[in-house]
Amino acid sequence: MLFSENLATVAYIGATILFILSLGGLSNPASSRRGNLYGMIGMTIAVVATVFGPRVTPAGIGWIVGAMAVGGSIGIYAARTVQMTQMPELVALMHSLVGLAAVLVGYASYVDPSASASFTAAEKTIHHVEVYIGVLIGAVTLSGSLIAFGKLSARISGTPLILPGKHFLNLAALLLVIFFGAQFLGAHSVTNGMTPLVIMTVIALLFGVHMVMSIGGADMPVVVSMLNSYSGWAAAATGFMLSNDLLIVTGALVGSSGAILSYIMCRAMNRHFLSVIGGGFGTSGGTPAAATSGEPAGEVTPVSAVETAELLRDAKSVVIVPGYGMAVAQAQHTVYEITKLLREKGVNIRFGIHPVAGRMPGHMNVLLAEAKVPYDIVMEMDEINDDFPVTDVCMVIGANDIVNPSAQDDPGSPIAGMPVLEVWKAKTSIVMKRGMASGYAGVDNPLFYKDNNRMLFGDAKKMLDEVLAALKT
Amino acid sequence: MGLKIGIPKEIFAGEKRVASVPDVVEKLIKLGFAVAVESGAGDPANFSDESYRAAGAEVIDGAANLWAAADIVFKVRGPSTDEVALMHVGQTLISFVWPAQNPELMQQLAAKQVTVLAIDALPRMLSRAQKMDALTSQAGVTGYRAVIEAANVFGRFFNGQITAAGKVPPAKVFIAGAGVAGLAAIGTAASLGAIVRANDTRAEVADQVVSLGGEFVKVDFVEEGSGGGGYAKVMSEGFQQAQREMYAKQAREVDIIITTALIPGKPAPKLITAEMVKSMKPGSVIVDMAAEQGGNCELTEPGQAVVRHGVTIVGYTDLASRLAKQSSTLYGTNLFRLSEELCKTKDGVIDVNMEDDAIRGLTVIKDGNISWPPPPLKPAAASVAAKPVAAVQKKAQGHGAPSEPMAGNTLAIMFGVAAALFWFVGANAPAAFLGHFTVFVLACFVGYMVVWNVTPALHTPLMSVTNAISSIIAIGALVQIAPPLLTGLPPGSVTGERPDELIRWLSVAAIVLTAINMFGGFAVTQRMLAMFRK
Repeated sequence: MLFSENLATVAYIGATILFILSLGGLSNPASSRRGNLYGMIGMTIAVVATVFGPRVTPAGIGWIVGAMAVGGSIGIYAARTVQMTQMPELVALMHSLVGLAAVLVGYASYVDPSASASFTAAEKTIHHVEVYIGVLIGAVTLSGSLIAFGKLSARISGTPLILPGKHFLNLAALLLVIFFGAQFLGAHSVTNGMTPLVIMTVIALLFGVHMVMSIGGADMPVVVSMLNSYSGWAAAATGFMLSNDLLIVTGALVGSSGAILSYIMCRAMNRHFLSVIGGGFGTSGGTPAAATSGEPAGEVTPVSAVETAELLRDAKSVVIVPGYGMAVAQAQHTVYEITKLLREKGVNIRFGIHPVAGRMPGHMNVLLAEAKVPYDIVMEMDEINDDFPVTDVCMVIGANDIVNPSAQDDPGSPIAGMPVLEVWKAKTSIVMKRGMASGYAGVDNPLFYKDNNRMLFGDAKKMLDEVLAALKT
Repeated sequence: MGLKIGIPKEIFAGEKRVASVPDVVEKLIKLGFAVAVESGAGDPANFSDESYRAAGAEVIDGAANLWAAADIVFKVRGPSTDEVALMHVGQTLISFVWPAQNPELMQQLAAKQVTVLAIDALPRMLSRAQKMDALTSQAGVTGYRAVIEAANVFGRFFNGQITAAGKVPPAKVFIAGAGVAGLAAIGTAASLGAIVRANDTRAEVADQVVSLGGEFVKVDFVEEGSGGGGYAKVMSEGFQQAQREMYAKQAREVDIIITTALIPGKPAPKLITAEMVKSMKPGSVIVDMAAEQGGNCELTEPGQAVVRHGVTIVGYTDLASRLAKQSSTLYGTNLFRLSEELCKTKDGVIDVNMEDDAIRGLTVIKDGNISWPPPPLKPAAASVAAKPVAAVQKKAQGHGAPSEPMAGNTLAIMFGVAAALFWFVGANAPAAFLGHFTVFVLACFVGYMVVWNVTPALHTPLMSVTNAISSIIAIGALVQIAPPLLTGLPPGSVTGERPDELIRWLSVAAIVLTAINMFGGFAVTQRMLAMFRK
């Protein structure tokens, strides 16, 4: 035992500070790498202080090292091999692991009599409440994250699943959870308490599935961030359960930061947080409004890759708006090649990133960074929106809802009021799309029918390769 | 067949434009209209009767026959008294009218029981109306032509050159007024290679000037209390003084001045005095685009180019006509867009829908009833509707920056709820719990503070790092795997009650899971961050 009780506590404080610095460092690209390093050091200190601290006897060390080695190698292997475009799926999958871990720890703590041996009656009740809540949050995180993973990796359809009376179902689930909670607290032995605990876990799992299933694909960034928050709360609940301040603090940090991040994103989409969680976007209110929308579907003007290259070559100022389509087609490297070529020709080329472009917050930034696009030409929506009127060509690659003018023009549109990139104000806009399908929000896009808009149909990667080839000649 | 659109020859002296061109005629026919063109209407703009015929139009000799045959008349200039006399009941006229300046014409037209859409009365702030905005399209043409006229009489190159025959300095062009025409002039002059400077009383156009390759010259005076935002307002005496000084300075320095300053409904402001003209270099050029409204220069003679004090002052009022083919094509397209709005059914029948903001604004006479000026109600409603959008966007701009303070009552409610919750916890929970609770609440706040300012570009790495950090839950598993026994028995011995095996396996599973997350999360964050580079 290298660490006494006090030493372990001090080490925990150090780890906590490092975690805070880590999150703080991540708010700015320049300090972000150091931030990640702080996180790693903090985690190492916390684990070492625990393993060699007073709460773990040498008998356990072999198990711990073995488990860590197995898990660690799987984790590093996954991190090394994952494609940057699959990042959202990976993050969602990882959240489910934290959820499952919280459930396991909760069960272990419940069946362990030594955990609560010295407690008074009130403390024991609180301990049981903590176990119950910890398992509840963990289970919701687990199943919710798995569904989010399925939706993000297109294993499950992105369209929201609306069960009849879904709010009633949720309410019933909540009442059941409370009912079994009372049963659980009233149980006198572990065996008696196990039944309500298991039933509640099943309900929580179903609840998690239902919650994420009913949320549309377009809202996945918010969901991923929200599940991130849940995994933090699960850790905090575990901390209460085990009377461990480090877990409480870290869990609360992760939980509140995830919640804030979700909130920031909801605001970027001009959506109310509760309505995102409530789910069913673009299905209930959307259809009648879309039918009455003022802009009738008109004719689109298709354009070829060679003509696109001509437009780009003659332009002085170009803005590229990437969306999920670029991620799907893995086109970011070709985009960078085109960018490089045009920059060498003296074209002022920049990127306009909508806060919710892609399937994860910052998804586009990560992809462009992977393709080595310098981040000082990658602009946020607010930075670039005023510049569209003086932009010669705006190229929209696989984005739809985030460039939909009806968000501003049509109060009846389901996406009305959502801030959008005003690409139609550019002299010419070129939209690259596979076909005329609507975006995740299921709303028709009047941009396509505008006079100054051209459609370049086809796979983004293939088309951009052709544009690049035409530019080089 | 639908209604017949008639395109008469423009009879205004010097007017070379025509209200529609063959390409557009083809599109009008696709909308279901029949089109008739007066013989020779397109000649000044180099569109032959033959080309109109080829596009599917009927060519009619004589204005009277054409006016009699047409249900709808497309024109450029407002109708003369003779033309009004040719109109018949129920006919629709679409042209420039300037109802404010031509009350008599309005009365004459109303007496004829016709419907008149004045293309100059288009509500320009409607973004939907931009495609029909003939003022803008024509202003763009005149701006371009003004520079060409200047180049025509200017004795030197616009662009600087270093040749075997010596060095040529670039021409310096000053453009007063950066509206559509001014901006077009800036772009044209800059693309010819001149050094372009421009000024406008509206400071917000500075960026547009720069974007077209010009340099924005500021008036060295801060107009106090300029909150109204009315861009054609009369500026204070102090400002005007400073502005005059700036113009005087530019006049001494530049070779070419192009003025475009107009105040709606008033004579053009006199920006360039005789003194300033005298101070210009011999051979310099002034193009006064406001000549029709009296001119921005004191020495301008509307409709003519004159030489005063060695400076050529061009006061042509027909700049758009001097580029008739281009301006006619643009004007024709504007009218075609308007026709599309009027004929949404594409059956060649027009519907002057007074519920439509754009069409309501355009329609100055409906079936003989003067409906000009349009009720201010609608534009007001539009601006109110536009405001919440702007407010929403402003809110969203706060993204990534500290938010504005919350409204007082929201804050009060939140404090109230928090106080009630804390009181409940404090009254019921044991002391040991409160310690943890304190830590928990403070940590929530720290998380909130730390994350609030994150740049959106880093959302994904941030999420991935917080995900990695949430594997701290491993600690929970670690402390359960083999805790020291309370009874002090040697480790490994069975206590009877504690299901050691079960707990160990649960814990080992939890550690494996969290380790995946821990190592994977940090590694993947590292990988992402390594890609962010300046």
